[in-house]
Parts: sequence; structure tokens; C-alpha cells
Amino acid sequence: MTLRQVSDLVLLRQRLRATLSSADAFTLTRILTVASELGRNCVVHGGGGHCDIEPDAPLAGHLRLRFVDTGPGIEDVEAALIDGYSTTGSLGLGLGGARRLSDAFDLHTASGRGTRVTVVLACSA
Amino acid sequence: MTTGQRVRTLFARHDAAMLDSWLEAQKRTGIARPDLIDESQRREESGQILILLDRALSDDPPGFPDDASWDALRMHLEQLAESRAVDGFSPTEIAHLVLTLKPVVFERLRGEQATSPTETWADIEDINRLLDGLALFTIEVLQRSREAIISRQQQNMLELSTPVVTLWDGILGLPLIGTLDSRRARQVMETLLARIAETQSSVAIIDISGVPTVDTLTAQYLTRTAAAVRLMGAECIVSGIRPQIARTLIDLDVELGELPTRATLAGALALAFERVGRSVIARD
Amino acid sequence: MRRVPILRIGDCLVVTVYADLDDGSAITLRDDLTREVARIGARGVLIDVSALDVVDSFGARMLGDVARTVSVMDAETVISGLAPAVAMTLVEMGVTIPATRTALDAESGLKLLGIAVARGSAPPRGPSG
Repeated sequence: MTLRQVSDLVLLRQRLRATLSSADAFTLTRILTVASELGRNCVVHGGGGHCDIEPDAPLAGHLRLRFVDTGPGIEDVEAALIDGYSTTGSLGLGLGGARRLSDAFDLHTASGRGTRVTVVLACSA
Repeated sequence: MTTGQRVRTLFARHDAAMLDSWLEAQKRTGIARPDLIDESQRREESGQILILLDRALSDDPPGFPDDASWDALRMHLEQLAESRAVDGFSPTEIAHLVLTLKPVVFERLRGEQATSPTETWADIEDINRLLDGLALFTIEVLQRSREAIISRQQQNMLELSTPVVTLWDGILGLPLIGTLDSRRARQVMETLLARIAETQSSVAIIDISGVPTVDTLTAQYLTRTAAAVRLMGAECIVSGIRPQIARTLIDLDVELGELPTRATLAGALALAFERVGRSVIARD
Repeated sequence: MRRVPILRIGDCLVVTVYADLDDGSAITLRDDLTREVARIGARGVLIDVSALDVVDSFGARMLGDVARTVSVMDAETVISGLAPAVAMTLVEMGVTIPATRTALDAESGLKLLGIAVARGSAPPRGPSG
């Protein structure tokens, strides 16, 4: 689904809730949180893009989320993955946290060519 | 078995035309996936394979991957395969990435100066052995990545009961037995937190006297659990801290911070009673 | 955009975040709350989040903003009803919400504030966040 503005994040979460209606609370919250963090990056830092939600076919019981934007890309990936997160500033992009919560994490970015973050999360209890 | 000189030279002469043909072949097989991977990334990844392959071959190393000369190529293929694993590529698709290079290389071979059938046959064998080896390697890496993800899930599905007991109204006890791995740690944390919410308990005593050694993982579990419990509005007490454990925690530089600890469950219980505003009075 | 109602109970303000707020609504809530605290000179703010199944880093930042701002105005913030899943996820992500106390539910949260606010009363018995 398209992610153009931050209000789209609420729609994204609604879609995920519908998709994960049979998941337990911990799984649901984990996935909603990862999606919120990555979705926000997409909109706020990436200038908007889209999110694909797909079940991981060979890996039953897993969900794949792919966030793609055509923004400026991430200059320093290493720094972005460090937990600089703080409630006082906008340090860190929440990427480190999202990676920790996910069962698989893949990031492709290039200066000026946008960013693609793919995560896989277990969704059956 | 090493690769013959002729084939090594063939790869040494890789050029833009060869890369282009290979990228074309990938597209024809349907593994290009422009929806996932943009052209420049694909070009870079495949181009790197050719460069690293040539570099490795110039050392005339023994068969892939058993030699330091293959390290750079191996790492590149590993990263590539792991990334594709997250994207959901199948083993066939990842194998095709390398295998589509074969017809391109055979075409080059055909264009070479005619040599004896024996030599041509040897060259073909070399190429097959080399590229098959790379393809199989990428499949293995892909499988390994997927298996790692699956085993995580399976651990979560194990029906291990987490023994959370209600010690008193509003006081829960969790005796940890044995060692924790990260999946079990998560599972135990989930159960405890859920039980706190269910029973609206304000204190959870985690007893670690049944834990033989405290490693970084266990320490992290304790601090994380305490933090989560605090966020919920309850609190944790850790009991069963033997002197050796206390020493280990200091050695591990674990910041227990505000987390109260007691040597015995009884001591922890006394503190818990205090916290919930109760006292135990002896009946004379 | 949803406007979350703010209730006043004595010297305290109580807010129940009843739904998944978009960023705009969250910012509005933060601003409304801090403005109200200033206006009535509130001693405490209770934010009940028991209806939320997710609090991401932005949400945590909003909560932290409220807490820090009102503490400058000599008011306390209590967050109640954080769900197990949300608490665990915040911790796993390494996100903290400073300057707040926490309570299991709204009732305990009010008790926390009530005790803290009243003069000359018994020391707080509830857990501190």
C-alpha cells in the first residue's frame, strides 16, 4: 500500500491488524511496531513510498514486509543501525530496534537512489 | 581440483559485453525481479561476482570454496544469498543467478581459437565444476538463512510450560530453572508479563537459584524483564543470588540499577509484602 | 483527526487514549494536555493507554514530552495500563519513557497521584515507574 503521509501509518496498522487477526498479542504488537518504525522512516526520511505485505510462501507462518522509497537513501548505514534512539531527539532511525525485533532483516540503500527495507517476522504463535 | 589455464584466462578477459549478456540471460530466466531489485544494483552485484571470480582464479587456487583465495568471492555470494533469502527467493532462483552465466561463458569458449576436442572437453568440465560449485554454495547459504528463521519459530512453538506461581495476592513467583537461550527467554518474559496483567499483581519475584550460571543472556533477560514489568506499573525482585552469582554479575558489569535483589526467596517475599503493604504477624 | 477528551478530577487531569492515534492527533493531545496543566495548575496527569496495542518510538516520545513539560510545571505524570506486549516491545527496542511513573491500571494510577498530591499523607505504597 502507498505511504505518502504519516496518517497513512494508521491505515497500514489497520491493514496489519486485519491480516493478523489470529495472532497473539505479543506477535501483533511486535509487527505493528516494526511496521510503524519502518513506515515512518519511509514517509519522513524517504519522502514517501510504498509497503508490500506478503506471507512468506516457503516459510509458513511468517510475514514479509517490504518498505520502498525513492528518497535520498541512507548515507551512513552503520550509524543508522546504532541505537541512538532517544525520546528527546530524532537520533537514530529506529532501524536498530526494528532489526532486533525482526526474524530477518535486509536493507538496500544507495545515495540518491532510495531505500528498501525488508523484514520477515513470525506470525503464528 | 584446480581450474585450467584456458578457463582462467577466459574469466580474466571478462568485460562489459560479458556482463551485459549475463544480465540479459538473468532477465530471460525471469529472476531479474525488477520489482525488487533495481538494475544498477543487479549490475553491481553480478559485476562484482565476475571481478572477484577473476581475482580468485588468478591465484590458481584449489577447488571452491576451500582456500583463502576464495574468501572475497565467498563473502560476496554469502551476502547476496542472505539478502535474497529475506526477499523470499527460492533455491532455484538463487541458483539460476550463477547458472545463467554458463551459456554466456560457453559462448565465449566457442569463439576461442579452436583447440583439440580433449582440451575443449576439459574446459567444459572446468567451467561446469566451477559454476556449479558457486551455485550450490548460494543454495546452501539461502537454505541456512531460511532454516535459521524457521528454527526461531519452532522454538517459540515448543510447548514448554513456564512455571509462574501466585505466591500471594498480588505477588507472583517465577523460578527459573536451567539455562536460558534467547527464544526461551522471550517466551518466559511473555508469560510472566501476561500473567502480571491477568492477575493484576504488583510484584514479581524471579528466583534464579536454579540457574547454574548467569551469562550475559540471563543478565540481559533479568534487566529487560524488570524494565518491562516496571513499564507496566509493577515491580520485580530477583532472589536466589548466591555469592558466586553476585560475583559473576559484577564481572559481567551488569547494571542492575534499581532492581532489588535478595539471597533467598524468603527475603524477597518479605520485601514483596512490604511493597504491597502487608506484614506477617506471628500468632502467639 | 481525533481529539482525545481530557477529564479533570480534582487537581489532576485524566486522559484515556482510546484508539490508534495518528501523529497529528498525538501532537494535539500533547499540546492540549500541557496547555490544560498550565491553565488549571494541575498537580498530576494520568494517561491511560490500556486500549493501545502499539506504542512506537513516536508515541513514546509524545508521552515523554508531556512528562517532561508538565514536570517543569511541578506536575507528575503517571502512565497506566501499558499492555504486556507493548511494554516488552518498548524494552526490546531500547525505548524508554523518562520522567514518568507507571501503574497497572487507571485506578492504581489515580491512587498514585492522589497520594502524591495530598499533603501529609502516608508515603506512596504503589510501585514506582
